[in-house]
Amino acid sequence: MSDGAKPLAGARARLSWHEWLLDEEPSSRRQTVWGEFYRKCRRFAANRLAMGGLIAVLLLVVLSLLAPVLAPYDPHAQALASRLAPPSAAHWLGTDELGRDLLSRLLYGGRITLGMVVAVVVLVAPFGLLVGCVAGYLGGLTDRILMRLTDIFLAFPRLILALAFVAALKPGIGSAVIAIALTSWPPYARLARADTLTIRDADFIAAVRLAGASAGRIILRHIVPLALSSVIVRVSLDMAGIIITAAGLGFLGMGAQPPASEWGTMIATSRDYILEQWWVPAAPGIAIFVAAFAFNLLGDGLRDVLDPKAR
Amino acid sequence: MQLEIEDLHIGFPGPRGFAPAVRGVSFAMGAEKLGIVGESGSGKSLTARAILRLTPPNAVLRAKRLRFDDIDVLSASPRALGAIRGRRAGLILQDPKFALNPVMTAGEQVAEPLRLHKGLSRRAARAAAVEMLAQVRINDPAAVAHRYPHELSGGMGQRVMIAMMLAGDPELLIADEATSALDATVQAEILRLIEDLVSRRGMGLILISHDLPLVSHFCDRVLVMYAGRVVEAVPAAELRKSRHPYTQGLLLCPPSLMRPRARLPVLARQPDWAEVA
Amino acid sequence: MNGRRDAGRLRVLSTSAASISITLFGLILVTFLIGRVMPIDPVVAVAGDHAPPDVVARIRSELGLDRPLAVQFLIYLRHLAVGDLGRSVMTSHAVTADILQYFPPTFELATSAIILAVLVGVPAGVLAASRPGSRFDHLVRAVSLAGQSVPVFVLGLLFLLILYVKLGWLPGSGQVGITYEGVVPPITRMLVVDAALTGHWGAFWSALSHLVQPALVLALFSLAYITRMTRAFMFEALGSEYVITARAKGVPEWLVLWRHAFGNVSVGLVTVIALAYASLLEGAVLTETVFSWPGLGLYLTTSLLNADMNAVLGATMVIGCIYIGLNLLADFAYRLLDPRVR
Repeated sequence: MSDGAKPLAGARARLSWHEWLLDEEPSSRRQTVWGEFYRKCRRFAANRLAMGGLIAVLLLVVLSLLAPVLAPYDPHAQALASRLAPPSAAHWLGTDELGRDLLSRLLYGGRITLGMVVAVVVLVAPFGLLVGCVAGYLGGLTDRILMRLTDIFLAFPRLILALAFVAALKPGIGSAVIAIALTSWPPYARLARADTLTIRDADFIAAVRLAGASAGRIILRHIVPLALSSVIVRVSLDMAGIIITAAGLGFLGMGAQPPASEWGTMIATSRDYILEQWWVPAAPGIAIFVAAFAFNLLGDGLRDVLDPKAR
Repeated sequence: MQLEIEDLHIGFPGPRGFAPAVRGVSFAMGAEKLGIVGESGSGKSLTARAILRLTPPNAVLRAKRLRFDDIDVLSASPRALGAIRGRRAGLILQDPKFALNPVMTAGEQVAEPLRLHKGLSRRAARAAAVEMLAQVRINDPAAVAHRYPHELSGGMGQRVMIAMMLAGDPELLIADEATSALDATVQAEILRLIEDLVSRRGMGLILISHDLPLVSHFCDRVLVMYAGRVVEAVPAAELRKSRHPYTQGLLLCPPSLMRPRARLPVLARQPDWAEVA
Repeated sequence: MNGRRDAGRLRVLSTSAASISITLFGLILVTFLIGRVMPIDPVVAVAGDHAPPDVVARIRSELGLDRPLAVQFLIYLRHLAVGDLGRSVMTSHAVTADILQYFPPTFELATSAIILAVLVGVPAGVLAASRPGSRFDHLVRAVSLAGQSVPVFVLGLLFLLILYVKLGWLPGSGQVGITYEGVVPPITRMLVVDAALTGHWGAFWSALSHLVQPALVLALFSLAYITRMTRAFMFEALGSEYVITARAKGVPEWLVLWRHAFGNVSVGLVTVIALAYASLLEGAVLTETVFSWPGLGLYLTTSLLNADMNAVLGATMVIGCIYIGLNLLADFAYRLLDPRVR
C-alpha cells in the first residue's frame, strides 16, 4: 500500500472494526495485538470441527450451570416402583436401578465432571508452568533436580499413580482431583521448560537483565507469558484426558462415591444391567464421550491456531 | 533431446486468492548449456522442477506446451514420468544435507536408480554404484559407499548426488543452485565436475543460480528471470551488451577492488519490469 | 572411527543408566510414601479392629512400624532387593508370587492389542499422510479424535453389549470357557500359548475367542495415538527434500512412500509404539475390570477395593518399572536403529 492510499485520520474513524483489525500496517501496539487476536479467531472460526467443539463445550457448561433449573427431577430422589424404566415422556432418558431420573442425574453429573476438570487445571497449569520456567531459566542444579522429579512422576502411567494416591488418601471427588493433579503436572513442566530454553538466550531477555531485572521478574513478566500459548493448547487437549481419567476413577470406585451422579460412577453402579436395560449405563457413557470429544475438537482446533510449530 | 516450454504458468492457491509464481515462461533447448538466473522468488526453481513435474502438490500448472522430446509432461502418466525422471533427466538439489536420504548409505542411494533404470541385480548395482562414485572423482569410493549422508562433507555429498542423478545416463541435467550451499573453493570444483561430465556425455544442462557471472562463465545461453517472467534471453558471450535494465543492474552490483565505490549500487526497481515486455 | 562411536555409545548408556536408577529410586520412594500416608492402619488390617493393645504393639514392632520412617524405608529397600513385596491380605500369598501369576495374562492381552493397533494404525497413518486433505485423511482424523474421546471401559461395555449380548458372536468375560477352566497346565501362563503348546485345541479356541474382545478394545485404545503420530511423522517426511530427490531419480511413488519416507520415520515410530505399549498398561486396568480378565490390572483394582495395600503398592511399582523399562527400550531402539545417532 503506498502512502497516498492510506486513509486520512478523519476517514479512519469511519473504518469498520473489521478493516481496522485487518489493517496490514497497524499504527499502534493495541491495533497489532487485537489484529493478531482477530486473525487467530477468524482462522479458528474457519475450522468447522473446532467451532463445533467450541459450541458443544459452551453448551455443556451452560447445561451444567443451569442443571437446577433444567433438571426435571431431584437427581437423588429414588422411586423404586419405577426403577429401570425405559425412556418415556415422563423420563426422557429413563430411570436407573433406584428409579432416579437419568436426565437429571446426567445434568448434575456434568457439574461434577466440569468442576473436577476446572479444579485440576487450576491446580496443575500454573504449577507446571512455574516449575518448567524456573528450571529452564535457572538451569544447572535446580534444573536437574526439578526435571528428575518430573521424570519420577512421568515414570508411572497416569491412572495407576492416581489410583494408588486415591487409595492412600480415601476415595472421593477431592482425592480424585488431587490425584489427577499430582499425575498431570509433569508434561506441563516439560513443555514450559522447552519453551523457556528457546527464549532464555534471546537478546530481549539479555536487555531486561542488563536493565537490572531480577530473575523472578524476568521469569514472571517475560518468560511465563511467552510459554503460555503452548500451555493453553496443552490444557485444552488435556481436558478430554482429565474427563476420561476422572470417569475411569469413578468407574473403579475410586472417584466420586455413590449416590453422587458422576458419570463414571453411574456406569459402575449400573453396568450389571447392560444385558437387559442397556440404556442405563449407555446414557452416562455417551455423555462422557460427547464431553471428551468436544474438548478434543476444541483443543485440536486451538493447536492449529496457536501452536506456531504446526502453522 | 529437445525440451520445449511455451507459456508456462505456475501458481498457488492462497488465503488471499490465487498467487501466481511463474507467469508465461517460454523457451526451448537442445543439448546445450542453459543458465537461468534471477533473485529468490523469481520462479526459476519452479520452472526447472516443472520439467520433471516435481512442483509442490498444491501448485497449479498450466502451459500451452511442455514437451520433453515427444512426451507431454503435463499429461504424462506416472509410468511415463518415471521414464523421464532419473532416466532421461536428472535434478541436482541445493543442499546435500537435506537432499540425501539420511537413513540410506551413499552406495544404496546411488544403486537405487541403477536397479530401477538398468534392471541390475542387487550385487551388480552395488558394484556399479562404486564405479559411479569413482566417476564423480571420489577418493576411495568403496568406503564412501558405506557411509551415511551425515558422515559426508558438503562437497562429497554433492558428488554423491551427481552420481545418483547420472546413474540412469540422462540426456539432461538440471542443477538447481547446486553449489550455493557449499564453500567457495568446493563450489568451483563441483561446477568443473558438472561441466566436465556434461561435456563428456554430450548432455544438456540447465544451471540455475542467482550468481550471474558464474552462470555466464559456464553456460552458452542465459535466461534472466524476474517476478515469474523471462525478461531477457541472451547468449552468455553477449551478456555485457544486454539491454534490460534489471540485467544491467545485476551486472553492476558486485563490488570491484579495481574501481572502489563509496556506496554500492542498489537496484532501482521499476514496476513495469514485472509487466509483459 | 568405530572405537570412537562405541565409546560415545557407552557414555550415553552409562548416563542414561544413572538417570534411570535415580528415577527408579524415586519410584520406589513414592510408592513407599504412598503406603505410609494411607488412612488404613496396617496393624489393624492384620490384627483386626478389636485386638488388645499389647497385641497391637507387638504386631507394630514386628512390622517395624515403630521405627523412624527412614529406617522403615531402608528395611523396605532390603526386602525389595530380595524380591519381597510383602504378603497380600486378600490372597494370603506373597505379592511377588501373585504378580508372577497375574502378569502373563496382561502381557498376552497387551501384546495382542499392540500388534492389532500397529497393523491397522501405521498403514492408516501412512495413507492419510500421502493424501493430505483427502476424504480418507479427514476420516482418519475424525475417527482418531473420536477414539481418543471414548473411555476404554465404555468401549468395553459397548463391545460386550453388541458382540456378546446382541449378536452372541463372542463369549462374555473371563479368560476361557468354564468347561476348560484349569484344563491346560500352566507353562507360560498365557492361556492361548499354553493351550497351543500342550495341544489342548478346544481350550485354545475357547481362550482365543475370549481374548478377541478385550484385545480389540485395548487395540482401539492405542490405535488413535499410533495413527495420529504416524500421520504427523509421515507428513513431515513427505515434505522433505530427499523425497524430491527420490522422485527425481524416478523412484515409483509406492517406493518413495515406503522406502524413503517411511524408512525415515520408522525409527521414530518404534518410540511411539513403545510408549503406546506402555500406556496400554493403563488401559489394561480398566479393560481387565470390564472383561474380568485375570491379569495385573484386575489384581490391582480388586486389591484397591479390599484396601490390600501391599498388593496395591507392589502392582503399582511393577507397572511403573515396566513403564520405565519400555521407555528405556524405546530410547535404545532409537540409538541402535538410527544411523544419525549411532
